[in-house]
Amino acid sequence: MTRDDRKSAVPLLQVRNLAKQYGRRIGCRDVSFDLYPGEVMGIVGESGSGKSTLLNAMAGHHAPDRGEVVFDTRADGPRDTLKMSEPERRMLSRTDWAFVHQHAREGLRMSVSAGGNIGERLMAVGGRHYGDIRAQAADWLGRVEISESRIDDRPSAFSGGMQQRLQIARNLVTGPRLVFMDEPTGGLDVSVQARLLDLLRGLVREMGLSAIIVTHDLAVVRLLADRLMVMKDGDVVESGLTDQVLDDPQHAYTQLLVSSVLQV
Amino acid sequence: MSDYNFAYLDEQTKRMIRRAILKGLAVPGYQVPFASREMPMPYGWGTGGVQVSAATLTPDDTLKVIDQGADDTTNAVSIRKFFERTAGVATTEETAQASVIQTRHRIPEAELSEDQILVYQVPIPEPLRFLEPRETETRKMHALEEYGLMHVKLYEDISQHGDIATSYAYPVKVEDRYVMDPSPIPKFDNPKLEMAAIQLFGAGREQRIYALPPYTRVVSLDFEDFPFEATKAEHPCDLCGAEDSYLDEVILDDAGNRMFVCSDTDYCRSRRDVGHTGRLGEQAA
Repeated sequence: MTRDDRKSAVPLLQVRNLAKQYGRRIGCRDVSFDLYPGEVMGIVGESGSGKSTLLNAMAGHHAPDRGEVVFDTRADGPRDTLKMSEPERRMLSRTDWAFVHQHAREGLRMSVSAGGNIGERLMAVGGRHYGDIRAQAADWLGRVEISESRIDDRPSAFSGGMQQRLQIARNLVTGPRLVFMDEPTGGLDVSVQARLLDLLRGLVREMGLSAIIVTHDLAVVRLLADRLMVMKDGDVVESGLTDQVLDDPQHAYTQLLVSSVLQV
Repeated sequence: MSDYNFAYLDEQTKRMIRRAILKGLAVPGYQVPFASREMPMPYGWGTGGVQVSAATLTPDDTLKVIDQGADDTTNAVSIRKFFERTAGVATTEETAQASVIQTRHRIPEAELSEDQILVYQVPIPEPLRFLEPRETETRKMHALEEYGLMHVKLYEDISQHGDIATSYAYPVKVEDRYVMDPSPIPKFDNPKLEMAAIQLFGAGREQRIYALPPYTRVVSLDFEDFPFEATKAEHPCDLCGAEDSYLDEVILDDAGNRMFVCSDTDYCRSRRDVGHTGRLGEQAA
């Protein structure tokens, strides 16, 4: 998809003045942006800058204090997900949305086999044919480079990198249009990170996914994200095209962030 | 009768339980919380069923109690005696004569009628419990009809055992809405859940009552390519020759000899009374 196509389309997600406070402390403050179909947005910032708060508020994991999260639904067009009923929002979060947790254990059922983990979303939306579900699970294991022979193994027998790839397969099996990722490569060693990023980049391109990736790793956004938002103390201090922001940072904090990356 | 209030429980408690039963009947398959009382028996021995029976019984009722289909096992005998003593109601072993039947883990073979009530003892009323241990979460899942997880369990069964290995407490969906645990009856009994009698389920320790009104639609969960199958031992009853009843396997000696007998003792006896005989029927008689 070229950039011209994106401009003409309706934004997939429109976030308006999203704010969340924890008592008197600020989580995030008046964040607004548009995300177009096929676009990957990176959110960077140090610990406590509000990026996870923002992500969880957008994904409906906790309710923000103010603002709108308008999603372009398949059935009814753009709708504010914060005003949806709980069943509607949960339906959305297992069909058109996906959420990849930093720790695979939070996103997987550790006592259910890999095949069952991938199949869960299919069964949750009404899949009732064992053979089909299993075939799709096997297909997705292949796509995330896990041997099909591991389909009946539990995730607890998997390495950290495999668990993370399994979590991605489990999330993408229903063909979501928007993926929220919270530090998807956190806690993995660099060679595993590289393969995971490669995989994610392939899947995003192939499936035309839109994604919002929260990370503190600038290399991750450099590779995956089209656009970048930099957060500090709950505010968005800078945003723009990824390469532009990283190569020519304007805000003092962004400059600090970019210059803090270790050069190997 | 003795110094007990009729059927042991005080009237206020029975009213409270009846309210829960009525609500359960109004919302088939929904687990209604109720203030379960201490009963003079340990949890796990049918405290839920006994409380529901106590709230259901009237002085004119005839009570039958079965445990795994049998009228003569410890649990059945002691609960029957309990109500003989505290309610003074008539008791019977004949399914057709009873107006209230309390059961543990079986549905009688004989078809029940509209003027009968079947009371189940339920150990764990929550079908999602072993998949999702948080009660707050399972209630939400029921409320929002999120039952995908139930099929994950069946999926795991097939992937590990080649077919659905769950053979008792087989989950069912009631009137296309609530997923319900039918108590640990064998899945052979699942098709009988659609019946003319009122079915009440009481879980004492878990403090839940749920119910199926007569002729409620009850569907056992399955996959299109692995349909539900009501299974039993491939054998006729060795005493009465019945081929349509659920069987217990009994080891006879150390040489590996065994017999299969109806688990429903009343059904087996009534068949033998009218002359049916199985492989070992003559010897036993």
